[in-house]
Amino acid sequence: MRTPMRRVRGLGAARSGTGQFWHQRVTSVAAIPLTIGLLLIITSLLGRSHAAVVQILGSPIVAIIMLLFIINAAYHMWIGMQEIILDYVHEDRWKLLSLMANTFFVFAVSLASVYAILKLSFGV
Amino acid sequence: MADLEAGTTTGMQRVRPLSPHLQIYKPMLTMMMSIVHRITGAALYFGMLLLAWWLLAAAAGPNAYANVEWFMGSLIGQLVLFGYTWALLHHMLGGIRHLIWDTIHGFEPAERELLTLSTLIGSIALTLILWVVGYLVMGGPR
Repeated sequence: MRTPMRRVRGLGAARSGTGQFWHQRVTSVAAIPLTIGLLLIITSLLGRSHAAVVQILGSPIVAIIMLLFIINAAYHMWIGMQEIILDYVHEDRWKLLSLMANTFFVFAVSLASVYAILKLSFGV
Repeated sequence: MADLEAGTTTGMQRVRPLSPHLQIYKPMLTMMMSIVHRITGAALYFGMLLLAWWLLAAAAGPNAYANVEWFMGSLIGQLVLFGYTWALLHHMLGGIRHLIWDTIHGFEPAERELLTLSTLIGSIALTLILWVVGYLVMGGPR
């Protein structure tokens, strides 16, 4: 007799069946120091001139912390929004559309932010 | 029951019995903070647009940056940023609480109440401290 159990076996205990659950934990641990870094960076930039902001955001350490924050947050929020969608959107068409919109939104917002940081870092 | 039995013949359209949902239960702090964790998560999701706007404006030049500064300095902008700060800190502290729970610690009634209450008070306190520091850095409200 074949049951769905066949497909589930071997996926438990974080092999890959609970992959996203685990990735959400990994990104949440990473988010703690990165969020503190982001808040320190933003606080230190308050009230500064555009030229100073450009110089500080483009400096290596600050730019790397910002890039790590954005990429980490992008994956974390992609999983999180997917979880929310799967909880509340049951109708197939809307579910697929909103999952797709989630992916588009996360890519667009995070890549735009990454582009800005890179432009600030390398000029042009 | 008639619906259920009639429904079984149509397969996908079957009406299933529902388990009790939020409105059945007495609101409790842990439950409310669980909901708030999700709401702040969703708010931060869209709040990333603000970060992207700010960074793109800084990359675009002084004029674009002046527009962002004008908005962030306006009453609405300040309210949004204040809410964003609190949402970020509350989601972070709530996340730490969940990480502690993931290790199977802090589940006793008194412990979970204390953990939940401290994330709420901690997030409000940290937000206020950060804004006081922010205004000091700025040299007072504009």
